[in-house]
Amino acid sequence: MSAVPVTTKKDWSSDQEVRWCPGCGDYSILTAMQLLMPELEVRREDTVFISGIGCAARFPYYMNSYGMHSIHGRSPAIATGLAMARPDLDVWVVGGDGDMLSIGGNHLIHALRRNINLTILLFNNQIYGLTKGQYSPTSEVGKVTKSTPMGSIDQPFNPISVALGAEATFVARTHDMDRGHMQEMFRRAHDHQGSAIVEVFQNCNVFNDGAFNAITKRDARDAMLIDLTHGEPVRFGVDGERGVMIIDGTAKIVEVAEVGIDALHVHDETAPDPSVAFAISRLAEDRESPTPVGVFRSVQRRDYGESVSSQIAAAQDTKGPGDLHGLLRSLPTWDVS
Amino acid sequence: MTDIADRTDGVREVERIIIRFAGDSGDGMQLTGDRFTSASALFGNDLATLPEFPAEIRAPAGTLAGVSAFQVHISDHDITTPGDAPNVLVAMNPAALKADLHTLDNGGTVIINSDAFEERNLAKAGYKHNPLEDETLDGYTVITAPMTSLTKEACKDLGVKPRDAERSKNFFALGLVSWLYSRPEEPTMLWIQEKFKGRELVIAANEAAYRAGNAFGETAELSASRMTVRPAQLPAGTYTNINGNTALSWGLIAASQQAGIPLFLGSYPITPASDILHELSKHKNFGVRTFQAEDEIAAVGSALGASYGGHIGITTTSGPGIALKGETLGLAVSLELPLVVIDIQRGGPSTGLPTKTEAADLMMAMYGRHGEAPMPIVAASSPADCFDAAIEAVRIALEYRTPVMLLSDGYLANGTEPWKLPDLDSLPSIDIEFARELNGVDSEGREVFWPYVRNDDLARPWAIPGTEALMHRIGGIEKQDGTGNISYDPANHEFMVRLREERILKIADKLPPLEVMGDDDADILIVGWGSTWGAITSAVGRLRSGGTEVASVHLRHLYPFAANLGELLQRFDHVVVPEMNLGQLTKLLRAEFLVDAKAISKVSGQPFTAAELVTKIQEVAR
Ligand SMILES: Cc1ncc(C[n+]2csc(CCOP(=O)(O)OP(=O)(O)O)c2C)c(N)n1
Ligand code: SF4
Ligand SMILES: [Mg+2]
Repeated sequence: MSAVPVTTKKDWSSDQEVRWCPGCGDYSILTAMQLLMPELEVRREDTVFISGIGCAARFPYYMNSYGMHSIHGRSPAIATGLAMARPDLDVWVVGGDGDMLSIGGNHLIHALRRNINLTILLFNNQIYGLTKGQYSPTSEVGKVTKSTPMGSIDQPFNPISVALGAEATFVARTHDMDRGHMQEMFRRAHDHQGSAIVEVFQNCNVFNDGAFNAITKRDARDAMLIDLTHGEPVRFGVDGERGVMIIDGTAKIVEVAEVGIDALHVHDETAPDPSVAFAISRLAEDRESPTPVGVFRSVQRRDYGESVSSQIAAAQDTKGPGDLHGLLRSLPTWDVS
Repeated sequence: MTDIADRTDGVREVERIIIRFAGDSGDGMQLTGDRFTSASALFGNDLATLPEFPAEIRAPAGTLAGVSAFQVHISDHDITTPGDAPNVLVAMNPAALKADLHTLDNGGTVIINSDAFEERNLAKAGYKHNPLEDETLDGYTVITAPMTSLTKEACKDLGVKPRDAERSKNFFALGLVSWLYSRPEEPTMLWIQEKFKGRELVIAANEAAYRAGNAFGETAELSASRMTVRPAQLPAGTYTNINGNTALSWGLIAASQQAGIPLFLGSYPITPASDILHELSKHKNFGVRTFQAEDEIAAVGSALGASYGGHIGITTTSGPGIALKGETLGLAVSLELPLVVIDIQRGGPSTGLPTKTEAADLMMAMYGRHGEAPMPIVAASSPADCFDAAIEAVRIALEYRTPVMLLSDGYLANGTEPWKLPDLDSLPSIDIEFARELNGVDSEGREVFWPYVRNDDLARPWAIPGTEALMHRIGGIEKQDGTGNISYDPANHEFMVRLREERILKIADKLPPLEVMGDDDADILIVGWGSTWGAITSAVGRLRSGGTEVASVHLRHLYPFAANLGELLQRFDHVVVPEMNLGQLTKLLRAEFLVDAKAISKVSGQPFTAAELVTKIQEVAR
C-alpha cells in the first residue's frame, strides 16, 4: 500500500452548503474535525461517517469522505453492519442526544457493549433541535419547552454514565468551545480499537442557547471544568485549589487546602473496573456545577469485528473454504438412476 | 390407499400411505416422524411432511394444547402435499387421539400406546370413558401396544433407569411403525449411534426400544396390517430430503458464491425463521457473517450497512419483525442498495399462531412502508424451491440495487420433500461489478462521481467505501437524480417517486413469461402463490383426471408481476385464487387487471389439502 496522501482541511470539506443555523455549535465541531482529519493520516476513501436524523446528523453531508445520513436512531446499528463487513474502514457515527439516547438508545448501548470498532460522537445540546425545540432525554428536570410547558418531569440520562454502564471501552467528554480539546478527544477516540464514544456539549443557540455557558465559557472553564488527565490527581479551579476524592465509592469535590494534595484521586482511565469512572461521571448534577471532561475510560477489550473475522478464519482453517457441492450433500443423500 | 400388488410375504403393496405421529410435546413425535421420513427418503419414496407443534416449549403434559404431531405422506410416485387425511394415526396418549382422530381416513388404522390411557390422562384429554373400551374407535383398525411398559421391559437388563427408559418409547413406536410399513432399520440405527455418540446407555435404550417395537409387530400377529410403498420413479439424480429453511439458507450461500459477493445476515430470533440464522451461522467457512442483533431494527440496519460496504445484506424474520423493519426498508428503497428481507410468515396478527402457517403478509410486503416505497417481492412455492427463490431474490437485489422481499411461510420452513440436487453449472450467474470510475462532470468542468447516475436497468452504481476517488454521501432525504445531491424541488420529487416505481416495474422486462399448466382452453384458471403450490398442483391433477378442465399458474414474482400475467388472466372466464389469507393476491389482481378474481381462503394455521381445493374448485366449475 502506498503512503497515505497528504491532505488539508479543504480536501475533507464536501461541496455541500452547510445548513445549520448561524452560530450553531455544530459548526465548530465540523471545523475541528475537518482540521483534524489530515493529522490522522487516514485516506478519505477509507473513512465513513454514518449518522441518524437530527441537526447533528447532517454532519456526513459536509465531510468529503464516504457517508450515510440514515434514519432516526439507527446509525449505530447500520454502522455495526458496515464495520463487521469491512473492518478495514474507519467508521464514525454522529448523532444528537435524541437520536442516540432516545430512539436509538438500545442500539447505542449494544454497540458499546459489543465493542465494535466505531468512533461515536454524541452531540449533546440537551434539546431536540431539528424538530424545533422539544425537551430531550438529556434535558434537565423542570425544563420548559414546547412539549413541557409546565416543565419537564423526566429524569435525564447522563450520557457518560450510560456509556460506562454499558461497559464501553472508551468514554470521553468534550465541548464545542475548545477546538484543541475536541481534537484531542476525537483523535484518541479514533485511535482506540473497539467502540469509542465522545460526548460533545454542543450549543443549540436557537432552542437551548447557553445551556453550557456556566461551564464552558472561556472565563468559567478553569473553575467549572474538571479536566481528567491519566495518572494525575483530579484537580481544578483557577489556582487548582479544588480536587476530587473518591469516598466510599462516591466522587466528592474537596478543597485541596483542607485534604492535602495526596488525598486527591489519581485518575486512572485504564482501570479495568468502570466503577470509579462511573462515580466521577456522577459529578455535576446540573450544568451549573463543576463538570468533568476528558477521557473517563480507555481500556482494551477484544474488538467485535476482529472476533467475527477470526471466527471466519478459524472455520476456514478447520473446514476448508466453502464448497457448495459438499454443502448440498451434507444431509443424507440417495441416488435415483 | 389402493392396493397395487399382493406379495407372497403377505405384505400389501400400496401406492401411498399418509401417517400421522401424534403425542405429547414431550413424547418426541417430531423426531419420530423425522426418522420415519429419513428412512423413507433413503428407501426412495417421494414424500412430503407437515410438522405441527404447539407454541409452548413445555405445554401442560397430557393436554390437547400440548399435542405435537408430524404428518408424512410417502408415495411411489411424484406427490406435492403431505396428504389430505392420514391413513394411519399413531396416538401416544389420549390427548393425541382426541385431537387428531377426526383427521383420520374412514377405516384408517390407529396405533395406540395403551399404557398412556389411564384415568388421569383420559381426564386431561377430556374423555369421560376410555375410548379404547367404547365405540369411539368403531370402524377403525386398532392396534394397541403397551409401549411404555414394553420399552421399560426391553431396557431392563441394560442398566437404564426406568424413568430414562420410558423416554425411549417413541423409538418403540418407530420400530413398530417401521415394521408395519417395511421401512429399513439401518438408517435409524446409524442415526441413533451418530446422534447419541458417547452416551452409550441412551444408544442402547433407543435401539432396544426400536427392536422391541419391531418384535411386537412380529409376535402380535399384525401381519394382516403390513404394507409397503415402493420407491418412486423420480428423475435420475442425487437426492436429499430438505426443509424450506435449510434450502433457503443454502440458496443464499449459493447466490453469494455465484455473485462473488460475501453474505451478511443480520437477524433477531423468531419462530419460524430462526433456523435460517442457525443454519447460516454454521457456514462461516463460506465467508458468511451472521449477526444476532439486539432487535429486528438493528438486524435490518446492520444488513443494510453491510450492503453499503459491498456485502449482500440479508435479514430474516417473521411478520412482527417485518413490521419493525419497515422504516429501514424505506431508507433502503431511497438508498437504492441491495438487501434481501426474508419473511417466514406465520399466523397473525401479533403473536397470533407463531408455530402455525399463514400467508397474510403479502399486503405488508407490497405496501407496508411509508411513502411510495416499491420493493420487488419473490415467493417460494415448496420446501426445495426455497433454494431457487433465495437465489432469485439475491439476484434481483444485486442486479437492480434494491431491497427485495422474499416470502416463505411456516409450512415451507419446516416441511420437507426430496430434492434433486441441482447441477452447480446450471445455477443462474449473477454478474455484479462495483463502481470504480468517475461518471459525471460538475458545473466547473471537473470530473466527479455521481451516485445516482443510472444504467440501462435504471440501477445506480454500487460504489463501496474504500474505492478511491468515489467518495460520496447518500441518505434518506430526497435527492436529485444523477448527482444524488439533496433536493427539495417539487418537480424532482415527483420525478424520483415515479422513477423508483418505474425501475422496479422494469424488472419484469427480463422475467421469463408465466406458463400455464393444465388445460390451456379451460374456463377456470387457478392462480397460486407461495406454499399453496403443492395443494394446487395435486388438486388440478385430480380434477383433470376426473374430467374437469382446469388450468393453473403459479406466481414466483408478486411484484412486479410477470409481463404476460394480465393477458393470461383475460383468457379465462373464472380466475380463482387459493390463498392462506382473506384474499390479498385476489385484491391485487382485481385492482391491477380488472378481473373478477375470486379467493379461496384458508386461515386455520394449516395448509390447504388437495381435497379441499378440489371441492372448492368444483363449486366454481358448476
Ligand atoms: C422515526 C422518526 N421519528 C421522529 C423523527 C423526527 N425527529 C427528527 S430529529 C428528532 C430529534 C432530534 O434531536 P437530536 O437527536 O437531539 O438532534 P439535534 O437536532 O438536537 O441535533 C426527531 C424527533 C424522525 N425523523 N424519525
Ligand atoms: S436548531 Fe439548534 S442544533 Fe439545530 S442547527 Fe439550529 S442551532 Fe444548531
Ligand atoms: Mg439534540
